[in-house]
Amino acid sequence: MAKVERPLSPHLGVYRFQITMTMSILHRITGVGLGLGTLLMAWWLIALAMGPGPFDLVQDVVSGWFGRLVLLGFTASLVFHFFNGIRHLAWDVGLGFALPTMRASGWTVAALTVIVTALIWIAGYSMRGI
Amino acid sequence: MSLRSPIARARGLGSAKEGTGHWWHQRVSAVALLALVVWFVVSLLMLTGADWATASGWLSNKVNAGLMLLLIVFLFYHLKLGLQVVIEDYVHGEAMKIVSLLLMSGACLAVGLACALAVLDVAFGG
Repeated sequence: MAKVERPLSPHLGVYRFQITMTMSILHRITGVGLGLGTLLMAWWLIALAMGPGPFDLVQDVVSGWFGRLVLLGFTASLVFHFFNGIRHLAWDVGLGFALPTMRASGWTVAALTVIVTALIWIAGYSMRGI
Repeated sequence: MSLRSPIARARGLGSAKEGTGHWWHQRVSAVALLALVVWFVVSLLMLTGADWATASGWLSNKVNAGLMLLLIVFLFYHLKLGLQVVIEDYVHGEAMKIVSLLLMSGACLAVGLACALAVLDVAFGG
């Protein structure tokens, strides 16, 4: 049977930017990213079990500029997925479905991600200073 | 012979045979992770720049080890459920889909188990 090339809907490319769709795809992207990030957690835990040598190696790699960049991405992804996940859970119990509310909660998640990620890093640097 | 009508059998669990199980498990693990992740991030902040003795001392505490094991269980289960949906959405060939799902599930199990064994080793190993 010949396959008929039917038009696919929706054509995502014809939509202008909307906060709702951006948050939606970011939830998935950060989810996959955090999944890869569990490898870092596994490395950290296994090194901790192996002893001071392997553990110092992890700490050295993580505190280098590239390690910090990865850790910053990891923190931001986690904070975003955390707050946007709460947004999803609210929908699951039937809250916040009105379009203006949905947009407002989307921007709130975006703002919280920036603020809380910054706070975590400020706390991290001040812990290091002590 | 079943006395149940066909409609009674069709209702409830649907063609996937597990009903809302996947959806519900994802939500339950999400709620558990909300609390566990806050604990984990705060703990890591306290351990910023810590040496091995301090970090392993922290994980030797049985409460910390227990919470870490809980985090690992919920985290890797939640990850498996999430990645499963991603694969089911984007991988179309049936054979490729099943292979991807098996590899993904196996990887989640393997990495999760490695994490759990490392925690147990620090908490109980000599």
